[in-house]
Amino acid sequence: MSETNKYEVGFSSDATKDPRRIVFITRNTSAKVKGEAGPQLMSYPHLILREAIVFQVLTIILVAVALFWDAPLEQLANPQLTPNPAKAPWYFLGLQELLHYFPPIVAGVLIPTLVVLGLVVIPYFEINIQGEPLWSGNRRRRALILVGVTAALTVLLAVYDAWTVLIPTLLVAALALLPYVQQANPSRFVQFLLSRTVPWWVMTWFIAVALTLTMVGTFFRGPGWSWVWPWR
Amino acid sequence: MATTAWVQQQFEQLTRTRVWRSIFRRGPARTNRTRSLAIFGNFSLHILPVKVRDKSLGVRATYYLGSISFFLFVVLSVTGILLMLYYHPAVPDAYRDMKDLVYVVSNGVLLRNLHRLAAQAMVVAVFWHMFHVFYRGGYKPPHEFNWVVGVGLLMVTLFLSYTGYLLPWDQLAFWAITVGTNIISYVPVMGRPLRFLLLGGHIIGQNALLRFYVLHCVILPLAAVGLIGMHFWRIQKDGGLTVRNEHERNE
Repeated sequence: MSETNKYEVGFSSDATKDPRRIVFITRNTSAKVKGEAGPQLMSYPHLILREAIVFQVLTIILVAVALFWDAPLEQLANPQLTPNPAKAPWYFLGLQELLHYFPPIVAGVLIPTLVVLGLVVIPYFEINIQGEPLWSGNRRRRALILVGVTAALTVLLAVYDAWTVLIPTLLVAALALLPYVQQANPSRFVQFLLSRTVPWWVMTWFIAVALTLTMVGTFFRGPGWSWVWPWR
Repeated sequence: MATTAWVQQQFEQLTRTRVWRSIFRRGPARTNRTRSLAIFGNFSLHILPVKVRDKSLGVRATYYLGSISFFLFVVLSVTGILLMLYYHPAVPDAYRDMKDLVYVVSNGVLLRNLHRLAAQAMVVAVFWHMFHVFYRGGYKPPHEFNWVVGVGLLMVTLFLSYTGYLLPWDQLAFWAITVGTNIISYVPVMGRPLRFLLLGGHIIGQNALLRFYVLHCVILPLAAVGLIGMHFWRIQKDGGLTVRNEHERNE
């Protein structure tokens, strides 16, 4: 890891010819972490050129879309006239959908706080460092835990009628169980699932639920937060 | 062909002039030394590492999602500053300014559309960036803290988008913010004071519009610039992007 010295330490008796220098080079004093070795390229021009192309393509796409897709503008704000349904911006509609099922303190405060905290602590838990798949070790025990957790979640979500959360949860659980059920000559897809880690499954579950809730909140909710079909 | 050679020759001449040298202090970037100087001798580029792993340059390694998020922020800053020239954070002038943008200001529609589109795209890009980094294992040591900075940037992005939502002062804006700020009042103990602090009152009115305007145009962009700088700087100080291959990850 350390750099090899190019100069050897030595003494010369003739100080008029060779000025004496004493150099101390201490190891690991840089704030920079030495990364893995491997072929490297100069940032200029390789990175700069790619970034410039990305920026240009992005700008062209943005202008092209913005020419034809108008930003919405409704009537002047009127506190006396409540639209039904009143919807938050799309990226908060997942939360609004949760508010429909759970008490506000849970859906509006507890769950978002836990999600943010969960995201922050991801790198500080020893998760996924070894990259150990879910289906390693005692498979039977892990299958029992998985079924147990899914059953508990199902009961909890069923009590609150939160079936837009329940459906993606069950789908992801079924996918996670697939490699356990189908052990004899697994297909490539099952092999892929087999090598997935626990954090991978948790994140995939989170994304599946968040996407479903956001889609449902955006397209499938009408007056009084009732179910509507967007094409009707 | 002759024209290209002529242009190239003229450019070479230009790089030899005293004025050019006084600005860039280097000749054409033909050697690795001058290519390094092009990065760390440049005020705005020196946040980048001088060398990058060729593995991390491939499109599939990152899909350039971080860069795209940043470039969207740049587009939003430029269009946002231009929009500020036509905007009064007052009730009901704000709404009238929207109408002016549509019917009076040259290219006002394009300006507003661009700002709104880039804002939506940035929320998508930042989320996608985060998920991609997660699946790639980019949060692992020594990148832990940069992941936390990234979560901070996600929050800032969402708040930026959310505070901008109120500014047109139409029905859509007013009721979206009503739904959102009502959630704040459910926070135990602190709920109502927090909502009062954010809105500058008990209702969404003139004070709320002004506060959201200041948050949207000053406080949050400054926070974003600070965090973005830190995020980029940390990539370099944490030893560059580590892109793991599929088989390396499973070992």
